[in-house]
Amino acid sequence: MTEKLLPMTLPACPVSIELDHLTRRFGALVAVDDVTFTVTRGEVVGLIGPNGAGKTTAMRMASGFLPPTAGRARICGADVQDRPLAARRALGYLPEGAPAYGDMAAGAYLRFIAGAQGLRGRTARAALDRVASLAGLAPVWRQRIDTLSKGYRRRVALAAALIHDPPALILDEPTDGLDPNQRHEMRNLIKTMAPDKAIVISTHMLEEVAAVCTRAVVIADGRIMADGKPEELARLSRINSLEDCFRTLTGAGKAAAAGCG
Amino acid sequence: MPDGRRPRTRYSRRLPAPRRHRLVRAVARAAARAGGTWRPVAAVFRRELRGYFATPLALVFLVIFLILNGILTFQAGAFFERGRADLIPFFRFHPWLYLLLGPALAMRLWAEERRSGTLEVLLTLPLTPAQAVVGKFLAAWGVLALALVLTLPMWAVVTYLGRPDHGVIAAGYLGSLLLAGAYLAVGAAASAIGRSQVVAFILAVAACFAFTAPGSSPVLGFLGDWLPAGLVEPLAWFSFEARFGALMRGVLDARDLVFFATTIALFLVFNTALVASGRRT
Repeated sequence: MTEKLLPMTLPACPVSIELDHLTRRFGALVAVDDVTFTVTRGEVVGLIGPNGAGKTTAMRMASGFLPPTAGRARICGADVQDRPLAARRALGYLPEGAPAYGDMAAGAYLRFIAGAQGLRGRTARAALDRVASLAGLAPVWRQRIDTLSKGYRRRVALAAALIHDPPALILDEPTDGLDPNQRHEMRNLIKTMAPDKAIVISTHMLEEVAAVCTRAVVIADGRIMADGKPEELARLSRINSLEDCFRTLTGAGKAAAAGCG
Repeated sequence: MPDGRRPRTRYSRRLPAPRRHRLVRAVARAAARAGGTWRPVAAVFRRELRGYFATPLALVFLVIFLILNGILTFQAGAFFERGRADLIPFFRFHPWLYLLLGPALAMRLWAEERRSGTLEVLLTLPLTPAQAVVGKFLAAWGVLALALVLTLPMWAVVTYLGRPDHGVIAAGYLGSLLLAGAYLAVGAAASAIGRSQVVAFILAVAACFAFTAPGSSPVLGFLGDWLPAGLVEPLAWFSFEARFGALMRGVLDARDLVFFATTIALFLVFNTALVASGRRT
């Protein structure tokens, strides 16, 4: 298996993020139940669902941070548990809440991330310049992260995820807590990167799915309820709205899910 | 012409430079290949050291360490009254000093990462948990080594006052550094258990106490009254204090050095296992 995967160089790799029957139990609770989907280059998949649906747990397993109870996740063909370093080099991951070392200046933090990603010297400087302009970090470059506004903090964390220009991106609620202007900027940024990357974002905002995603995966109680283009999902509902479909799939009318998914 | 001469001298001075440069590059390349495992360790080490000095933590630690060290040496250790040119009064309280200050320095290493969520960032970077563990441990050890370096004036004082055996003092410093490493390794492992720094501190102090007390003579005497000698002996064998006591007196026994190195390695392995297995939400 490894033999087959080895000749696959990163730019040629067709499938970038694979979640293969991922399941995670916490004691009696099944947080993620047999979740399978694949994201290819050029796709932006929106993982949508209510709070507690298992979005974050699924993304943690896909990033390799949380070992799954069953199933596998692969980034560009590299299994995140068996070949963690190869998988992580190909992945940019923004964890939930965009954590970053608060005691460091934004620039120093990104230099640390660049170093840990194995970037050095001129390559590292170029990467830092690139993400600084991409995320608009010049004004806060020397400021401590714990003194930054929520919007800037998120941009620093996003810049950290992008620093090695990974072919696969997993962003857990990238626009959470941002004001409408910042949300707009973040969505534009994701759209700019979309053509040559495989991207998964999680959100509970439906207009976000309509705005940036090429595909939506609806998840509730750890299970996939629907998987399709945002328009297709909207068409499934009575009044042609994504919101209505979402409510049918994940809300009280879950029994009707068979009719919609 | 002065203008014509200057470039020539510059050129001749520059001539050997490329050759040197190539050699340096070749060495650097070889080092990079050999040190591929160490680069992430160095990145974590630098970040952690920066973290210590970005907050008042390192500074407070250094000041408290030096003050306590001074009090213990001159008051409890009776440095002057003894009238002997050695650093025994300085070294003898180090186990007890590290017992408290080591866990205080190490408690944030992992608990803080868990609390703030940065553990998720750290463990999804292309480095192994072991590399992160070693990098963090070395940073804490570095701060403590700096504290020890700042006590070097003690050596100067004792040299000024008399004629100390410098070999014994060097052995004492080496022993003290190893001893500190052992306490820090225990503290770092305790820090990896949960997200509470206070719990990490208390657990670490308790564990360090268990590693220290059996070797000190009052405790040994007390245990000797209650336990058979066959039990007291092995307990003393594990004692950091007894091991350090030999080093402090200049007895450079390989077994003691190996003991401390093994203890550090063992706790770093525990630490790695705790970090790798404890990735719960």
